[in-house]
Amino acid sequence: MGDVLSIATSLIAGSIRVSIPIAFAALGGTLSERSGIINMGLEGTMLMGAFFGVVGSYYSQNVWIGLLVAMLAGALVGLLHGVLTIKFKCEHVLAGVGINVLASGLTVVLLQMIFNAKGKSCEVPSFSMITIPGINQIPVLKDIIGQVSPMLILLVISIVGVWFLLYRTVFGLRARVIGENPEAAGSMGINVYRTQYICVILCGILAAMGGAYMSIGDIHLFSRDMVAGRGFIAMAVVIFGGWHPVGAYLGSLLFGLAQSMQYRLQSGSIPPQLVQMLPYVMTLVVLVFARGSKHRAPAAEGRHYYAKGEQ
Amino acid sequence: MTQKTQKKGFSLEKLTQNTVFLSVISLILSLLVAGLVMMIAGYSPIEGYSAMFTGAFGSVDNIAQTLGTATPLIFAGLAMAFAARGGMFNIGIEGQIIAGAMPAALVGAYCSGLPWFIHVPLCFVAGMIGGGLWAMLAGFLKNKLRVSEVILTIMLNYVMQYLAEYLANYQFKAEGMLVRTETILPSAELPTLIPYSRLTTGIFVALAFAVFVWWFLSRTTPGYQMRAIAQNPYAAEAGGINIARMNLLTMFLSGALAGMGGAVEVMGVHHYFIVNMTSGYGFDGVAIAVMGNNTPLGTVISALIFGALRAGSTSMNRMTSIPGEFIQVLQALVIIFVSTPGIVRALLRRRSFKKNDQKKGA
Repeated sequence: MGDVLSIATSLIAGSIRVSIPIAFAALGGTLSERSGIINMGLEGTMLMGAFFGVVGSYYSQNVWIGLLVAMLAGALVGLLHGVLTIKFKCEHVLAGVGINVLASGLTVVLLQMIFNAKGKSCEVPSFSMITIPGINQIPVLKDIIGQVSPMLILLVISIVGVWFLLYRTVFGLRARVIGENPEAAGSMGINVYRTQYICVILCGILAAMGGAYMSIGDIHLFSRDMVAGRGFIAMAVVIFGGWHPVGAYLGSLLFGLAQSMQYRLQSGSIPPQLVQMLPYVMTLVVLVFARGSKHRAPAAEGRHYYAKGEQ
Repeated sequence: MTQKTQKKGFSLEKLTQNTVFLSVISLILSLLVAGLVMMIAGYSPIEGYSAMFTGAFGSVDNIAQTLGTATPLIFAGLAMAFAARGGMFNIGIEGQIIAGAMPAALVGAYCSGLPWFIHVPLCFVAGMIGGGLWAMLAGFLKNKLRVSEVILTIMLNYVMQYLAEYLANYQFKAEGMLVRTETILPSAELPTLIPYSRLTTGIFVALAFAVFVWWFLSRTTPGYQMRAIAQNPYAAEAGGINIARMNLLTMFLSGALAGMGGAVEVMGVHHYFIVNMTSGYGFDGVAIAVMGNNTPLGTVISALIFGALRAGSTSMNRMTSIPGEFIQVLQALVIIFVSTPGIVRALLRRRSFKKNDQKKGA
């Protein structure tokens, strides 16, 4: 009995840990999609965040500055995505594909330049776990969240923040209106472009934080293409999270569960390739079951909005 | 403003509407910006690009390498372009190439006693069915779930990658260290045109399929219906076109093209299925189709350019200290510039305004 409990707690703790990067990116994707911009570039933005987190931490020898540098890089990538899709009316998916390929090439080139290595960087100062007073006294809970990464706390703050922004502020209301019908929003005098820019830039920052968790929050270094599809998974999580920040976190947790089950199963007799397939198959299965939900995509998602006098 | 400058401005404006012109300018712009990145990174762009050029066109062997590298890229580009013409974003080409390569390798290795003129087409068919069905699964799920095919095809990419790795590791593993399937029989091999190069008769197959895509899109009823859906799905539906069924057909044929790419790569170059044989072809296909404006001819031309870039980057990697990953930066810039014609237009317009201002000042 105790054995089952310890397996369960370690599984849950694992799920929470593994879901952090996906949750950050899915949160950003939710914000961006609610304002009508599909961000296919989450994957590349995470990769840039992972890389620049290491770069910042390497030069400053301070992990917090590393995180700030990652967020700055994410903001810039978000801005690029915004300029391409909002100003120049690039097809959203193609802008994202461009950003992903760019990130995948640029990080390796810069890796060679800065760390003189082809595969991975050196180890840099990283976040260490912090103990939460109070919770580390409670029997079962202490094994799950008694000791956490500071980035988990940032994640919780971000979830509440994005929820508050979207549902409790005028800005959020406007962003949601734009996602449904930008023309109506524009005719009411809302600055559609500015709102969308803010959303994509925030999305870039959040996705980069997710990437940074993977490098300076988890394995202390950057290795090439380390994001390995988590950005794409985050896009799927946005869908089955019903375009809601809390839904996005729950979706990420589900995904984290699949992944930590994968780590557990890998030590068993099942062929590792089939186990590695699990998270992706599960995403598809969840999408099948999420079909019946009442949530639907923002109506104007992926569409271009032309302000008055522009064509 | 004089009549003359007005006229000139007008023709430039018209030129920027021309997709071929835009693609060429975008390519040049990408080469310039990537050169700039190279310079900032502390390498010599001239050294880099000349190494690339030599690697792509320096000798007959280099040219053969370029054409051979372009062969699977033609298929990948055609697959993407075909889907796009039917209104679908097929981001899952990578997985569909694998889904075609694996069955082609198995049919090639295990169906013995056949003459080449039956064995080769049989492998092609196996590849097409494999890639086609895998892509059609995404189309089916899209119809059922009303979820964007982008997400579905990406997830299916990963599933197929691991599935093929599993099959090559267990069920069909050949003897030896490498994770690969049995070597195909000589009757299933595509002959090499220039010894020890990647250039095989596969390139003719690729060109034949490009012609087929052109014919299908411009000369057949389903091709017309596909294009109608891409233009305006509501009008197409009102006109009596069954969108769900056409989506399935579009995805099947797109996947079949990708699967052919995998089959040709197995039968011509590797002669077996090996894990990671398709690295990056999928996203190359996106760039190629975008640059080729989703037309078969444009796709073939841009696939040749990308073949040259890939072959060139391999030799750049070998001959200079510049990492071969620069090709990805270049490729990303191509995708960004070509799919955002607004940037090129804005740049050109600014220049033409400057000229006009100068004239006014003088």
